[in-house]
Amino acid sequence: MIAVADNKTGGLVTIWIIIIAGMVLALVPMPQLVPIELGFLRPDWVAMVLVYWIIALPHRVGILTAWLAGIAMDVLLGSLIGQHALSYVLIAYVALSLYQRLRMFSVWQQSTVLFVLLGINQLVGFWIESVAGLADWRFWYLLPALSGAFLWPWVFLMLRSLRRWTGMT
Amino acid sequence: MLGYQMLGLGVLSLVLGFVDHTTSWLDGSRSALTIALTPIVVMADLPSRSVRGIQGVFSSRKDLRRRINGLESELIFLRVKTEKMAALISENNRLRGLLGSAAKLQDNVLVAELIGVNPDPEEQEVVIDKGSEDSVFVGQPVLDSRGLVGQVVEVSPFSSRVLLISDERHSVPVQVLRSNLRFIAQGTGIGQQLELQYVNSTVDIKVGDQLLSSGLGNRFPVGYPVGVVDKVAFKPGKPFAEVLAKPNAQLDRSRHVLLVFTESRVSEETNTSPGKGDDRGG
Repeated sequence: MIAVADNKTGGLVTIWIIIIAGMVLALVPMPQLVPIELGFLRPDWVAMVLVYWIIALPHRVGILTAWLAGIAMDVLLGSLIGQHALSYVLIAYVALSLYQRLRMFSVWQQSTVLFVLLGINQLVGFWIESVAGLADWRFWYLLPALSGAFLWPWVFLMLRSLRRWTGMT
Repeated sequence: MLGYQMLGLGVLSLVLGFVDHTTSWLDGSRSALTIALTPIVVMADLPSRSVRGIQGVFSSRKDLRRRINGLESELIFLRVKTEKMAALISENNRLRGLLGSAAKLQDNVLVAELIGVNPDPEEQEVVIDKGSEDSVFVGQPVLDSRGLVGQVVEVSPFSSRVLLISDERHSVPVQVLRSNLRFIAQGTGIGQQLELQYVNSTVDIKVGDQLLSSGLGNRFPVGYPVGVVDKVAFKPGKPFAEVLAKPNAQLDRSRHVLLVFTESRVSEETNTSPGKGDDRGG
């Protein structure tokens, strides 16, 4: 696995595998035993993974990666093409401008920043949908940001150990 | 540099969103991308698929035999019913011919399997494994074994997206079986319910009334079960009554759905009908 470190395309493959894993998590249907309302708590896994990669490898993962992942999400979820792309581009921009500071933060401090980033993500998505006349504002549109911020420490630690294990820089 | 990249891609996204919302120019690229991304949809469906697979592995011989016996007796029961139906249909068409109206056509169906569910609980959409290669088209009605499920809203070659009747953006024209009153049933979003719109406080509608698709609007075929009225509330001072119905179809449980193909022979039949009408007059 250490050999991957020298191989630039190998690293790119790992990055995209994790982003795709996030897309799979975003699509997995809820088991029928749990109440359907729990679906409102599903965090935006792809946005979280993108923010992690930007903090960890800002020279390899950037706005273009976020845009491509956003277009893929738009197709997968059947939303307007460009909706997720726009919100991912915006949070990627903020994360890229803050990554040096974010690296200094403790995991829980990062969580609060994540809450703001994921909140922007949700708001932009809602804004596009409401301009297109597809949605009314509901308070639970911000719940995914809350759950995402809460789950961030685990995502961060897991992805960091994965990155160190594959030796990506 | 970073800012320009952000601006460029952001504006591009906005333009794409606008174009996608107002025109259908992007439908081709969307369906091409859908094919490319199908592995992700299939992977997301793996957990529920494998749970069912494991259940199959661990079900005992006795259980399977009992299930087969149950299915066989159901098959015989349904066969008998169909035989009766065939006679009834020909009789019905003969009578319709006497009345001078177009003969009813048998609908062809294609079985499709669910491969995905929209993760947003507010959007009641599912993805099925048949697409334009199986000549599925946008607007096609979708049924399950108990009633109307919804309609196709997006087609790609090997999969398509179905909007369920319980979605807030979906309405279906219905007719009450008992009184022949016509209404529009709109979805309510969460909770698998339909709401009848513009029901006058004086009309004859009761809990337990069966709603059938009325065929108005030329989208859904006539006579498929849509739902059963389960709440009627006449509110004094309000112009319309609040009437809720529960869909017949098992919207959250059915894994298999039926795509309906109605042959477009209706127009020919209608053309010949005036002659038959004259017969009646003479």
